[in-house]
Amino acid sequence: MNPLIELQRLTKVYGDDPEAQVFALNDLSAAIQRGEFAAIMGPSGSGKSTLMNIIGCLDRPTSGSYLLDGRDVSGLDKNELADVRNQKIGFVFQSFNLLPRLSALDNVLLPMLYDINVDLSAEEQRTRAAEALTSVGLENRMHHHPNQLSGGQQQRVAIARALINRPPLILADEPTGNLDSKSSVEIIDLLHTLHESGVTIVMVTHEPGIAQHAGRIICVRDGQTVDDGHCAEKTL
Amino acid sequence: MKFQKILRIAWEGLMLNKVRSFLTTLGVIIGVASVIVMMSISAGAEAAIAEQINSLGANLLIVSPMRGVPGAARTLLYEDALAIPEQVIGISGVSAEQAPAPQTVKASGITLESIAIVGTTADFPAVRDYPVAEGVYFTEQENDRKLKVAVLGAGLAKDLFGEESPLGQTITVGSTKLTVIGVMQTKGVVADIDYDGRVYLPISVVFQKYMTTNSVMRADVVRTIYVKVESQEKIDSVTTQITSLLATRHDVDPAKPDFTIQTQQDIIATQEATTAAFRDLLAWVAGVSLLVGGIGIMNIMLVSVTERTREIGLRMALGARPNDVQTQFLLEAVILSLVGGLAGVLLGVGGSLLFGAFGEMRTAIVPLSVPLAFGAAAAIGIFFGYYPATQAAKLDPIVALRHE
Repeated sequence: MNPLIELQRLTKVYGDDPEAQVFALNDLSAAIQRGEFAAIMGPSGSGKSTLMNIIGCLDRPTSGSYLLDGRDVSGLDKNELADVRNQKIGFVFQSFNLLPRLSALDNVLLPMLYDINVDLSAEEQRTRAAEALTSVGLENRMHHHPNQLSGGQQQRVAIARALINRPPLILADEPTGNLDSKSSVEIIDLLHTLHESGVTIVMVTHEPGIAQHAGRIICVRDGQTVDDGHCAEKTL
Repeated sequence: MKFQKILRIAWEGLMLNKVRSFLTTLGVIIGVASVIVMMSISAGAEAAIAEQINSLGANLLIVSPMRGVPGAARTLLYEDALAIPEQVIGISGVSAEQAPAPQTVKASGITLESIAIVGTTADFPAVRDYPVAEGVYFTEQENDRKLKVAVLGAGLAKDLFGEESPLGQTITVGSTKLTVIGVMQTKGVVADIDYDGRVYLPISVVFQKYMTTNSVMRADVVRTIYVKVESQEKIDSVTTQITSLLATRHDVDPAKPDFTIQTQQDIIATQEATTAAFRDLLAWVAGVSLLVGGIGIMNIMLVSVTERTREIGLRMALGARPNDVQTQFLLEAVILSLVGGLAGVLLGVGGSLLFGAFGEMRTAIVPLSVPLAFGAAAAIGIFFGYYPATQAAKLDPIVALRHE
């Protein structure tokens, strides 16, 4: 079985002027297997965010290849990347990014609006969203609006939203960054549960305490991975 | 299927800010409504003019002195009017008219100031399709004999004599006593002339009693000669005959006459040329307000895109294609303009009907103006919505998600 994510010799260069070019990623290669729970760590300026954007198909590498679920997505256009994000990736953001005027249920439904493959009836979609909310323990909060929910609850809505299209990959960017420690533990536990059910999780964080929950830590520095597996201390 | 979903997103986006959406639409509503109202007012005016001109009488030729030619106003004479029936073939009647200054009219203790008086000839009721209701009109012989008789407009008869019959009564017009021999049918106000409020006299009496004469002005100058032609087909022939007759009598070149001969169609065409210019002007003014409405839509859409940058970034991250985002914002603009267009059509049609029913103005809704205004509104929505929608679609999700 091929890895879920296979990054080969990725480079990301900013700036056209050869004198002032910045190599955010410099010949970076890595692979993440199906079913892994990996944390990406690195200080600011390390290329960590660029890497996350490329893994999340929000950005394209300057050179190198990115195979996601067996398909090379490094050369896709914006519309194709949008479809890949919709189908293959569930995003969890630091600041939740829920639409304030929509109920929890409607927020969870958002990715289905842009699903080009599945055409479930409105009723079936709502059932599926309700199931997703139940799976994150919010069965009693479906019709609440984000401002009626605690931070931890909002992040759980966001996780339910990430799950709704059943993507193989959950990409979590500092998922506990805006949460108190109790809520952080809950969210990490929830990610563990998802991991155990077979979802591949890639989590970007700069908190070693959080990163330790992952089965594997990928450390990024100067646009490259270093000492894949045991670098948590070094990034302190 | 996907389009329906995006349509719903667009609609929900607008419903979020109902007041703002409504105010944005208002520009289009007013624009569309004013296009329709303006066009129906000018169409109403045209219809009213055409009707008035037609009510002058059928198959009528109107001979008047040439305007703008020095001295020409004095050259059309009563003798010309008398010569026409003698020398022109194909006519059924000739009525010369002259209107001196308004006079005071007295009868049975009632005094009315400033009453219009018109000197006419015996053919007047037949030529102008304006019959006598009661009594008789004076004859050609009575006119020749300068008989002191008068025929009253229906309204004036009522003002002077109430329910009493005016026939045989004596009235004083200016300083001349006249006997009432007839009352005309009710005709109303046509082309700003209140036919019912006038006194109709033999033109000879008018020449004798009411015209100021001096060395340049002859007493027997007429203002208009109406010629009734036997049939539509003979209009051209009669026009040619009258032109050559009057040119000879006036000793002028028939190609450069000192008089004009018009048919109702000529007058309608002249009037239409004026009202068409007026109508076009109104339509342009209304169109400009529609344009301003469109700019309002673009402005609000740009604000909306900026305000919702983060939302756009999120939608893109969750799988919205740039095209989906563009469609969403374009639809918002189009919905605004279509709803505005629809409301504007209702307001415009309703307003036109109300103006027509209760206002001074007459209106006729131009059927074409409805699809025209509505289509313009839709086009404006697409045109002015395109730029903001494209701006939204161009956003980079990474940047947009970080937008505060």
